[in-house]
Amino acid sequence: MTESTIPGTGAAVAARPSSQAAAALRKRRYAADTRLRVAGLTAILAAVGMLGLLLWTIVSQGLPAFTQTHVRLDFPLSAELVDPADLEATNWRAVVTGGLNAALGETASPAQQRLLSQIITNNAQFIVRDAVRANPSLVGSSITLSVPAADPFDGLNKGQVLRDVPEANRRVSDAQIAWFDQLSAQGRVTAPFNWGLFFNADSRFPEMAGLAGAITGSFYLLLVCFLISFPVGIASAIYLEEFAPKNRWTDLIEVNINNLAAMPSIVYGLLGLAVFIQIFGAPRSAPLSGGLVLSLMVLPTIIISTRAALKAIPPSIREAALGMGASKHQVVMQHVLPLAMPGILTGTIIGMAQALGETAPLLLIGMNAFVTSPPGGILDASTSLPTQIFIWADSPERGFVSRTSAAIMVLLGFLLFMNAIAIYLRSKLERRW
Amino acid sequence: MDATLGMAKTTETAGAPLIQSEINHATPVRARDVVVHYGTKQALFGVSIDIPERSVTAFIGPSGCGKSTFLRCINRMNDTIVGCKVTGKIELEGADIYDPSLDVVELRARVGMVFQKPNPFPKSIYDNVAYGPKIHGLAQSKSALDEIVHSSLRKAGLWNEVKDRLNEPGTGLSGGQQQRLCIARAIAVGPEVILMDEPCSALDPIATAIVEELIDELRENYTIVIVTHSMQQAARVSQKTAFFHLGKLIEEGKTEDIFTNPKHKQTQDYITGRIG
Ligand SMILES: Nc1ncnc2c1ncn2[C@@H]1O[C@H](COP(=O)(O)OP(=O)(O)OP(=O)(O)O)[C@@H](O)[C@H]1O
Ligand SMILES: [Mg+2]
Repeated sequence: MTESTIPGTGAAVAARPSSQAAAALRKRRYAADTRLRVAGLTAILAAVGMLGLLLWTIVSQGLPAFTQTHVRLDFPLSAELVDPADLEATNWRAVVTGGLNAALGETASPAQQRLLSQIITNNAQFIVRDAVRANPSLVGSSITLSVPAADPFDGLNKGQVLRDVPEANRRVSDAQIAWFDQLSAQGRVTAPFNWGLFFNADSRFPEMAGLAGAITGSFYLLLVCFLISFPVGIASAIYLEEFAPKNRWTDLIEVNINNLAAMPSIVYGLLGLAVFIQIFGAPRSAPLSGGLVLSLMVLPTIIISTRAALKAIPPSIREAALGMGASKHQVVMQHVLPLAMPGILTGTIIGMAQALGETAPLLLIGMNAFVTSPPGGILDASTSLPTQIFIWADSPERGFVSRTSAAIMVLLGFLLFMNAIAIYLRSKLERRW
Repeated sequence: MDATLGMAKTTETAGAPLIQSEINHATPVRARDVVVHYGTKQALFGVSIDIPERSVTAFIGPSGCGKSTFLRCINRMNDTIVGCKVTGKIELEGADIYDPSLDVVELRARVGMVFQKPNPFPKSIYDNVAYGPKIHGLAQSKSALDEIVHSSLRKAGLWNEVKDRLNEPGTGLSGGQQQRLCIARAIAVGPEVILMDEPCSALDPIATAIVEELIDELRENYTIVIVTHSMQQAARVSQKTAFFHLGKLIEEGKTEDIFTNPKHKQTQDYITGRIG
């Protein structure tokens, strides 16, 4: 067994190594095997370690953003503050301060009032207004609402803002901490799951900022991208694979498609800016323009994977159909294409996942705009998940740091989901011949 | 050189029944001087042969001699191969099948084909057989289609084995059953000629015997051309045998004559196992 692995054990080799030499040779061979295995294992561990580190950083930073500190307050809606006939004219800021004062039982100076109102989000006035608008009969009594705490106090509650830092070096004053602790002692401070992260649009204030706009934007982007790249990609692939003559021109097209797949994505962004927006007048920052650009980028992926799927259909199936007198289009549409569909879908989903994570071209066509409401259609200005991450990563507030990571987690979640579908399709539906 | 002379002689001898065949339509397929090139490589060097009606004609010869190539000319399957060029003349019932006005789809409905490796569609047994009648519009109703499917399966001797599982995939059958399914599929469109390229080479002896028996039965209604590497098979199932060598038709004639009394030395050498 061992000897037989030594090359040239045939008749031409006169002497076999002595058993001692053979043992030495074997030992060296085992050592070499071990070295190779250890090197491989080290490389894998290093790679897995890096990935683990990356995920750990993202998750540990992002997890806090999945809860949001809320303060429950009873806002007085006395007739002198709120005029039921004209809710717009109401000084909602005063109502909010009234709620804080009611809880803390203090009547402080206007300067202190301002500090006090900084504990809860600046948008509390709109939250209260909308609640009253939805239920005007409450005017005259009071309304109890949990409103998000302002970002520094969310941080304080989560232990991200440290109390032992000198007052001058932190964004909350000692007085504010005292008030917050008082609210906390009254059981008014809670930290429920942060639904706002998914259902709010972007906002200047981290405690109010959510991904609704980005998710909707990404959805419209992928919709446009899919509607264009799927049919065009499949049609091109079918033509190239089944109908095109094999000549220099089709070779040239093929080479170019492969090159396009390797093109840096920012180039597509420039193209989109120059062609779709400047020449065809597609709206800036809109999913329509973004989807067009992404579809250009995804097309090569879909064409290449569709061609591979078509090529994988055994010629015997085509021959069988042709032999039965099926015409070219019947062979393609009734036999080859249905059999290739799982492969095509897998390629398409991978292409869509690629489009979902693409950032650079979207930045170029202005999809990093600050938009505070989800887009209502493909023509509205919007962001997308990756550009939202880009925007948040650029924001200085503490709350946006964890929200950036949380948004990355959401994006990764979508990508994982799409890739899982692709893997499922590949393993379950793809036929092995 | 020798072989070329042999060729000429064969063509001459084949010339005589040509006139006769025009009278009694006993030769649905007639080929004259068929030359095939794959790109620059010539695969067939002027093959002329008549295929008699309602009988089995066997093509034999060593590997690569052009049997499949010639067979595929008869239903123009070679059209699908890039760079394949066919010249010469092949007639089906007196009409040139390479005439530009001829519709290939129709031709292939009239000249069915069974391949070396059983290749049922990855669809149900029923759909496999129903496919041809459907695309050629042969059945006006569901019941008519059922009738065609059932009778084709019966003719292919598969009915008893599959009648309870018509909706199961055809690819789930055994190799021999698959091949008979492919034969059923071919006869479902009512072809005049059935071409079979080594239909038994992927089958075990028992399945082979069943298919051979089937071929013998089908001979009553169809003109069959079969390529085979088995002398025994050619001798068992065919009435006429044609021997190909290096792209040339060396000799053709009644099967018993070819096997008992070959005129050419190459034929003799091949059937006795000295070449090939
Ligand atoms: N698609 C093709 N492209 C190029 N050359 C081909 C092609 N098909 C066949 N040939 C060549 O044509 C010649 C005849 O091939 P063919 O397949 O007809 O032989 P055959 O007699 O059927 O052989 P076998 O008994 O092995 O099936 C061979 O030399 C082969 O290499
Ligand atoms: Mg062959």
